[in-house]
Amino acid sequence: MANHRTPLYRWHVEHQARMVPFSGWDMPVQYTGIAAEHHAVRTAVGIFDISHMARVNVHGPEALALLEKVFTNAVATMTVGQVRYGLICNENGGVLDDILVYRWSDSFSAVINASNREKILAWWEQHRTGEVIIDDRTFDTTMVAIQGPQAADMVSAIFGESVRTLKYYHAKPIRYREGDGFISRTGYTGEDGFEVVVPHAVGQPLWEEVVTRGAVPCGLGARDTLRLEAGMPLYGHELKESINPIQAGLGWAVKFDKGPFIGREALLAATTDTTQPRRIGLELDSPRAAREGCPIVAAGDNIGTVTSGSLSPWLKKSLAMGYVRPAFTSPGTLLAVDVRGALLHAKVVPLPFYRRTKNV
Amino acid sequence: MPNPKNLRYLPTHEWARLDGDVVTVGVTAFAIEQLTEPTYLELPAIGTEVHAGEKFGIIESYKSTSDLYSPVTGTVIERNEPLVDDPATKRKGDPKPVNDDPFGAGWMLKIRLAPGATLDHLLTAEQYDAQLASEHH
Repeated sequence: MANHRTPLYRWHVEHQARMVPFSGWDMPVQYTGIAAEHHAVRTAVGIFDISHMARVNVHGPEALALLEKVFTNAVATMTVGQVRYGLICNENGGVLDDILVYRWSDSFSAVINASNREKILAWWEQHRTGEVIIDDRTFDTTMVAIQGPQAADMVSAIFGESVRTLKYYHAKPIRYREGDGFISRTGYTGEDGFEVVVPHAVGQPLWEEVVTRGAVPCGLGARDTLRLEAGMPLYGHELKESINPIQAGLGWAVKFDKGPFIGREALLAATTDTTQPRRIGLELDSPRAAREGCPIVAAGDNIGTVTSGSLSPWLKKSLAMGYVRPAFTSPGTLLAVDVRGALLHAKVVPLPFYRRTKNV
Repeated sequence: MPNPKNLRYLPTHEWARLDGDVVTVGVTAFAIEQLTEPTYLELPAIGTEVHAGEKFGIIESYKSTSDLYSPVTGTVIERNEPLVDDPATKRKGDPKPVNDDPFGAGWMLKIRLAPGATLDHLLTAEQYDAQLASEHH
């Protein structure tokens, strides 16, 4: 089956983006270069086409009940316009996806990873009780991320000053030209930023306006190096069905006191389990990158595995995330990573690797 | 960027240029496009014997790590030193020329051909172009 294409596909190709297959979509990995795009987001503002992410509206009398059941974070306590990150777990606590839930006055939206769209829609269909309408809007909306210290200036110039005061992890409806959509102060870069959903008809005009106003088009390559520096997990790497959120260090997004949800008992047990591998950050004493699958070694023993790694374009260090036995998780612990047979020294460091100076 | 007619190619995207009995080796523009900008390069020391089709080094980008394969059999007589780390002076290598000018300033090694070694087994530019065209479909 041919890959899906976002409404911006033609624009990407016309602007010399290098297109790669990603989770069933043809997506730009870079336009001019990963390092330049990464720096634009850390110092100015960049724009990413993230239309491959699944966007689903959930409404109806039982919508709240469904979301509470399939989401580890609390939904009932969300205020209108609030956004929460959380996990969707199976009965064993294994992560099926990590998603954002948006609360509106009479409905919810969810943003789901592209690779998990069909799986999660089927999971929700299976676990719905009563009247819930699950409306997949992925193929008639465009989603972009506008990220960087100048992102607030950019979006307030386009959507009005009222978006400048939008709080972190809050959202509001917007109108762009003739299209109704929404904007949230969220992102996957470790920088201040916004994510915007609009109907297809105005997706390209919005993209072009943001670029004309000076944002640097950024591809998935920079998105990956930015989220790595920010210590953010990527589904398929740090998160998968064989890993639970407690191991991943995402216990803050699991609310045991909210009532029953799928995976609750297994996750409660995981909080006191001292045998499960835990996610760590590693800084390598080498210009070489550790890659997914590289063994992590302590005194000749294989004690874990790298899940993501790259040279950091901003910190100029070789950074990696991975899972190790709990005895080796303390910051400062000296380990080694087996990179294609070369044992490279590495040190456990706290996550995130990069933390911006907060202005919101 | 077109693949120069005066070079010969490995299917793994290395190029070779013969001058007398010395072969200059690098990687193609297509390889760099696939890899994205290089961040790290590891090359064999001068005097190392390399063999046609066998690994001689490593190239890394933000995205991936790839092995480099020697187009010919012979002995390394020169390296493009600014591209690689120098442990003696702790100077960091900068592989940027490989990104900016893969067929020119981004050359990697000069190899003196072993007695009897040739470039005959390598692809011509035309054959390499055909391989890229088929990989794109």
